[in-house]
Amino acid sequence: MSGPAAPPGPPGEDSDNLPARAGEERLAEPVISTGMFGAQTTGDTSGFGRLRVLQAPPLHSERPYGSYFDAVADSLGGALAEDGLGFADAIERVVVDRGELTLHVRRERLPEVAAKLRDDPALRFELCTGVSGVHYPEDTDRELHAVYHFVSITHNRRVRLEVSTPDADRHIPSLVGVYPTCDWHERETWDFFGIIFDGHPALTRIEMPDDWKGHPQRKDYPLGGIPVEYRGAKIPPPEDRRHYQ
Amino acid sequence: MSSTPHAAAGASDAEAAEGRVYTVTGEDWDEIVAAANEGRDFESGERIVVNMGPQHPSTHGVLRLVLTLEGETVAEVRPAIGYLHTGIEKNMEYRTWTQGVTFCTRADYLMPIFNETAYCLAVERLLGIEDRIPERAQIIRVLMMEINRVTSHLGGIAPMGLELGATTIYTQGARLRERTLDLLELVTGLRMNHAYIRPGGVSQDLPPGGLEAIRTFLSTAPHFMDELHTLIDVNPIFVARNKGIAYLDLPSCMALGVTGPILRSTGLPWDLRKSQPYCGYETYDFDVQVTHTCDAYGRYLIRMAEIDESLKIVGQCLDRLADRGSSGNDPVMIQDAKIGWPARLSLGPDGLGPSPEHIAHIMGQSMEALIHHFKLITEGFRVPAGQAYAAIESPRGELGAHVVSDGGTRPYRVHLRDPSFTHLQSVAAMCEGGMVADLIPAIASLDPVMGGVDR
Repeated sequence: MSGPAAPPGPPGEDSDNLPARAGEERLAEPVISTGMFGAQTTGDTSGFGRLRVLQAPPLHSERPYGSYFDAVADSLGGALAEDGLGFADAIERVVVDRGELTLHVRRERLPEVAAKLRDDPALRFELCTGVSGVHYPEDTDRELHAVYHFVSITHNRRVRLEVSTPDADRHIPSLVGVYPTCDWHERETWDFFGIIFDGHPALTRIEMPDDWKGHPQRKDYPLGGIPVEYRGAKIPPPEDRRHYQ
Repeated sequence: MSSTPHAAAGASDAEAAEGRVYTVTGEDWDEIVAAANEGRDFESGERIVVNMGPQHPSTHGVLRLVLTLEGETVAEVRPAIGYLHTGIEKNMEYRTWTQGVTFCTRADYLMPIFNETAYCLAVERLLGIEDRIPERAQIIRVLMMEINRVTSHLGGIAPMGLELGATTIYTQGARLRERTLDLLELVTGLRMNHAYIRPGGVSQDLPPGGLEAIRTFLSTAPHFMDELHTLIDVNPIFVARNKGIAYLDLPSCMALGVTGPILRSTGLPWDLRKSQPYCGYETYDFDVQVTHTCDAYGRYLIRMAEIDESLKIVGQCLDRLADRGSSGNDPVMIQDAKIGWPARLSLGPDGLGPSPEHIAHIMGQSMEALIHHFKLITEGFRVPAGQAYAAIESPRGELGAHVVSDGGTRPYRVHLRDPSFTHLQSVAAMCEGGMVADLIPAIASLDPVMGGVDR
């Protein structure tokens, strides 16, 4: 766990996030990767990566968003206003990227926003296609993200909600009450990332065995594997192979 | 039937310790039921818990159903999954973007082409090259997806018959399915796990004689389909086992996130190929099939009708490919040296590999081509940071790929929204209160594939 309250230390035996036999199979410290030949940047001198290799997505989009996105934002703002909520009270920021609309929702407002998405006649996102977790260890205090995708069959639209939570307090309200289909999806996200969905009726392991320790899709969880011998040569496990950044 | 309340000759001590032992000899069901009911108090609602699976011939793989039974009535059913979890999503984070195809194709192993396409469409959206995919590649993608849809639907219908005790339905269905698998093998080299669709296009063009082989298949398939219709459609046992079974109406489908043939069996014509077209589906002529029965039989009819529609689309793909002439100057991979896989594949004495012309080109003629080949194959291409969600209409419903990039040469996170996973949740809604025997057609009508459920 990391965060300002609990300074990050080497993950110990009691860490919830790591596999059960962590000490036996892992190095004490992760190897610090410096890139090939000591390069500080990408090490790309060929121009192959087109020099601009890291293009951060727009963190914040301004109106007009284009397409149907303005209509969705307006309708959602109107629906939230009926409850005395401002748009900015519930939605941290709006990102329009690659023709997809992402609403970054404050986590305590998630069930209200989802209920509006489902019920408001101008929104009518009847179908939730589940939750996907993403772990950004570098994104301090917002390490764990839950990403929801919604479809409106009435209006033939899509929208994505993204909720972030600090690793130290990894709670997100459950959407099972609004979209029952989130039941298994939230169980899976808990299983893989350790995000606790408050209000879920039975948040238990779903893919991993019931007594498994650790949350395998987190970035601090190793892939594991053993070297494989093939025609006299040892092929290291994928995690230990040379790779390019 | 004989019942042995006490240890009798032939019954071991262990059997005796378990209590009453019933020996079933056939055609004595009533006697067994009467003997089992003897002295029972049904007012108290006695229940037994039965684990169906994970090794059971009619659970479509390693699916465990925890059944709570009151007599023969299902009081509760809870699917337990995870037995086939192989960490596909985690593994993809340790491979290049192109190698990722090799992993996601193994998720739902009855529809590998769809897994690949969903993933590749998401990667292409991240790369911003959606408009630059060659036309020929898009046609081949549609062609392969529709052949795979036939394979997948037959892989759902044929075992459905087997699970109801009709081996002929299975053998007849499998007979046609083998022919579609032959086509997939002819084009990709493999019957499953193709890794054929790649970011930027497809791995190789149709082989010589490919068009003719598919056309021959198209001319024979309707005959096989007619046989299947004749065999199944009004078969009294099949109809009795499926009509009115596994009822799931539209509001339930919406609440449970159910899509595909199950949703269309409620009468809602929701098909992403029509409503949110991709790969040029808007230019093909086909119909969305619906029934209004909300039951297992309706889903069977939809799958059969969708096979016919798929054959229609395959025919249109063949016409378009034939119109385009030879593949000499008609690329199947994006014409971008920084992304497109450089080598054309050809069959050599030691198997499929880069063509001799390509080897000669990079080793003897062009230093730049060698660099590109080396960089693309060892390092792979970079994908701009961001996230994308691409959804396609798979045989089972909406298959989505949520792909996140951090700007590197490997996927940062890939999540497959698999329809089988979502649909299995609805087993409780469909089966509780019904008979335990109806579970079998109910599961079969969902057509879940555990490879996709557990990934």
